[in-house]
Amino acid sequence: MDVIVGPLFTGLSTGSILLLAALGLSLTFGQMGVINMAHGEFIMAGTYTAYLTQQLVGDAGVSLLIALPFGFAVGGAMGLILEALLIRHLYHRPLDTLLATFGVGLILQQVARDIFGAPAVNVTVPEALRGGVDILGTTVPKTRLFIMALAVVAVVAVTLVLRFTPAGRRIRAVVGNRDLAETAGISSRRVDAGTFFIGSGLAGVAGVALTLIGSTSPTTGQSYLVDAFLVVVAGGLGRIKGAVVAAVALGALQAVFETYSTASLAKVGVFVVIVVFLQLRPQGLFTLRTRSLA
Amino acid sequence: MLRLRDLTCGYGRTAVVHGIDLEIGADQVVSVMGHNGAGKTTLLRAVVGLIPAMGGTVEFDGADVTGRAANKRVKAGMAYVAQGQQCFAHLTAAENLRLVADGRKNGKALIDAALDRFPALRGLLGRQAGLLSGGQRQQLAIARALITEPRLLILDEPTEGIQPNVVAEIEQAIVDLAGTGGLSVLLVEQHLGFALQAAQRYYVLRSGRVASRGDTGPESNVLVREAMAI
Repeated sequence: MDVIVGPLFTGLSTGSILLLAALGLSLTFGQMGVINMAHGEFIMAGTYTAYLTQQLVGDAGVSLLIALPFGFAVGGAMGLILEALLIRHLYHRPLDTLLATFGVGLILQQVARDIFGAPAVNVTVPEALRGGVDILGTTVPKTRLFIMALAVVAVVAVTLVLRFTPAGRRIRAVVGNRDLAETAGISSRRVDAGTFFIGSGLAGVAGVALTLIGSTSPTTGQSYLVDAFLVVVAGGLGRIKGAVVAAVALGALQAVFETYSTASLAKVGVFVVIVVFLQLRPQGLFTLRTRSLA
Repeated sequence: MLRLRDLTCGYGRTAVVHGIDLEIGADQVVSVMGHNGAGKTTLLRAVVGLIPAMGGTVEFDGADVTGRAANKRVKAGMAYVAQGQQCFAHLTAAENLRLVADGRKNGKALIDAALDRFPALRGLLGRQAGLLSGGQRQQLAIARALITEPRLLILDEPTEGIQPNVVAEIEQAIVDLAGTGGLSVLLVEQHLGFALQAAQRYYVLRSGRVASRGDTGPESNVLVREAMAI
């Protein structure tokens, strides 16, 4: 049984980590079309938020609970500043945005090095999340289960906000047709800023969660960036549902490949599968059906 | 209500519309006609603020709104129904309406009033707007515009590409709206008969300039056709 359950849970766990890292991107890249190469550094900011909170609060459990919303606020604030100072002036210039945000990412990494030093630091895992839980004969680490639960909560929260709140309707409207949204009385600038705040805030939350399974360093976020972009592209731009399915599928693929080879070869295998998949279905898993042009 | 003075606008550095003077009074319907490429849509986009003016001014209710963003002009009382039955395709019909009703005290009543004008939409509220027919989408677009409680309704070819029986419904709705008082209409329309019947005043554009203008009347059909070289 554990031959199946083991890789399955590893896949779900890897998928939920990918999903947390990609969820914010599915808003900023998938919905707004902004290629933000500094997204990884927002994740990194979340990890250091968790570290600093623990340094200040002490208790690992309490600090984690504080760090989650605080990480959202820190990531969101950084996104808001980046959008206002840089990205706003580069809409419709994707290559310039890519280069500029890549530069910002490098600057943020260096700032983190200057403040916290180059060596990685560790965040203590709360007592309640240590050890594992036996599920169908396989021991699944509690930290991984927590991340899965957090990914589910984040996806549900984002979906509910987008689907049922006025702010969510405004975001979907601006994403769908910016000019039309303006003529519906919606300030697309304000909505852009709000969307970027939420997307970047989610990166901060992902960062806080990642401290439970890895160390924190200035390059922590960078390692998740490519995978996060893959999830968003494979899922279909702007489709949260697509991001969920793609993240779990990529996580499962990675886990299965790792079972029969090494981590590096598994990565190669995942890339090959994605390249072939995107050749067959360039629009990703899910796309919008419509009769109109708008 | 609306006054354009020497308005020049276009795309990038290329002017498409040159030095337009146009005026719409309160409760007045004004039609703008012209062949494809004459600059009608470009003119409307500049009026509502989707493209910047390259010269001249747009005055609305006595205030210069030339530099204002489109959403602020809409909040000031302009509503724009774009060409091509544009709606938020991935939102449901109900969400298309709620989007503009959000934040308004009487939002629900406004949606009800708009649906009373286009009752066919009532049975389609749960449907994704992008899957509606062209006529249904146009009705949705006008209903959405009405919910913003406009004092100036700007319509860009509202009957273009729509089946004849729905065209009649839309034309009737426009005539009814114009007759209710408190609403002026700037109408761009290819269908000359309706454009001249609905309006009190007309403008004909040719190559981005006003080729003819005047009050509508028994002679205007001939004058418009001459100006358009039909």
